[in-house]
Amino acid sequence: MPRIDIDRLQIDFPLYHGQSRSLKKHVGNTLSNLRPGSPAAHLMQDGRERTVVSVLREISFNLKSGERLGLIGRNGAGKTTLLRTMAGIYEPVGGRVRLEGSLGTLLDAGLGMNMELTGRENIRLYGLHGGLSKAQISQIDRDVQDFADLGSYVDMPLKTYSSGMTVRLAFGLATAMRPQILLMDEWFLAGDGAFMNKAQDRLEAMVQHADILVISTHQPDVMRKWCTRVIWLEDGRIRMDGTPDEVLDVYLTA
Amino acid sequence: MEDSNSRTPILDLAPQRGFGRVRAALDDLKAGLRLLPLALALGWLDIKLRYRGSILGPFWLTLSTAIMVAAMGVVYGYLFHMDLPHYLPFLSLSIVLWGYISGVINDAATVFTQSTSLFHARRIPATLPVIRLVVRNVLTFLHNVVVIAVVFGVYHLWPKQSWSLLVSLPIWFLDSFAIILLIGMLGARFRDIAPIMSSILQIFFFVTPVIWKPDLIYVGRQYLLLDPFYPILEIMRGPLMGYDVRSSLWIAAIVQGALLWGLAAALFCRMRARIPYWI
Repeated sequence: MPRIDIDRLQIDFPLYHGQSRSLKKHVGNTLSNLRPGSPAAHLMQDGRERTVVSVLREISFNLKSGERLGLIGRNGAGKTTLLRTMAGIYEPVGGRVRLEGSLGTLLDAGLGMNMELTGRENIRLYGLHGGLSKAQISQIDRDVQDFADLGSYVDMPLKTYSSGMTVRLAFGLATAMRPQILLMDEWFLAGDGAFMNKAQDRLEAMVQHADILVISTHQPDVMRKWCTRVIWLEDGRIRMDGTPDEVLDVYLTA
Repeated sequence: MEDSNSRTPILDLAPQRGFGRVRAALDDLKAGLRLLPLALALGWLDIKLRYRGSILGPFWLTLSTAIMVAAMGVVYGYLFHMDLPHYLPFLSLSIVLWGYISGVINDAATVFTQSTSLFHARRIPATLPVIRLVVRNVLTFLHNVVVIAVVFGVYHLWPKQSWSLLVSLPIWFLDSFAIILLIGMLGARFRDIAPIMSSILQIFFFVTPVIWKPDLIYVGRQYLLLDPFYPILEIMRGPLMGYDVRSSLWIAAIVQGALLWGLAAALFCRMRARIPYWI
């Protein structure tokens, strides 16, 4: 059974580039004494005296099959970092992340696609990345072309695409495989009306199929519709964890 | 770590210590090798992209090397008082081999920073971009081999002692993987590595017997062993040109390779998980 266990997760980002190390040390020391809650309070030093930005602290939760989690919080609260950590992109600095089940990610708007390459080449690379066979790739190729409606543009470089076409391609590609666990950042909700209707159907089919969904968004109505649970992140910690109605009522009045 | 043999893939991540790090690094290498078809496609597309829209396509690689060999052959052949039938085959081989070395090292510092979008889209093994870079440089090298073949053909030469390739090619191959990994990690962490590397290479292009033959100098030849590029170049070039390579050079090349692998492996085990944080 697919499941996600996150235990006392901690993520710090090192600050290497920029000013001299001694200056950073100095600044970090001074700033971490400031009042908590200000962005500057995130600057601190780890055991080896490097200046780090603390992004996630003491995050613990479990998701079982059938749960659909929404992440909410202001910009910089750590939503994207949490999603990336769950995807295995950032490995934990402290604590543990354990995912059981096949994983699909819609995190980066470009999906790591190369703008110089044609649509077809990007589809093939994406398929190879998933370790698919030739037959499976050509099946995905057809499926994505159907959805994204690229026409003869499929053999043109991505840089000649309109932004709508790029989003359609990325979205079609990311939803072409059916993962058990689906991690989504909010970018995919930005599209024109016609696309959104089309995307909605496809996404809903995928969400229905996925056993676990984790989605980060600013749109409360999306959460109420799709999620069974909402976690409110603030300054890298869990501020509130509960049903969408419970959390959103407090979040929207806060 | 990742176990895709079992029915449900499991991703289990926590800070690693000691042996756990070694195992995680080996898993990364295995995952990278499993994605070899992707690395091959990426490496080939890198080359194709660079020359897309040009008339000759990737054969610009061949042509520009040919022009370089011809021009340098005439100029340096005159300067060193050497006749072209002897000098040109040597030069073509040297230039192509050096081209591979400098290509690998120049690209190595940005191997991870150039793959930022790949890293941020989903989890990829850190060895994948490394393998991609090896593939790209090997493909470039294969385009340039045509120049060597033509020059050797013109002068009716045949590579001597080609059995040595059985030993030297694996050494080159393994060394390039290790050095890309090593310099790549340093380059991701310290952004000064890329310009430093290109300066170093420029100096060593003249210091190392690339365009001049090692027997041109009589005093201080033993110091050539201190040149990190000399043994590796000579074990490949010497046998093909038909002169005997001293066993000290073979030993030096193998020791270098072992050191390189030791360093790269130690750093990779320790720093693998930090790479996405750096880029």
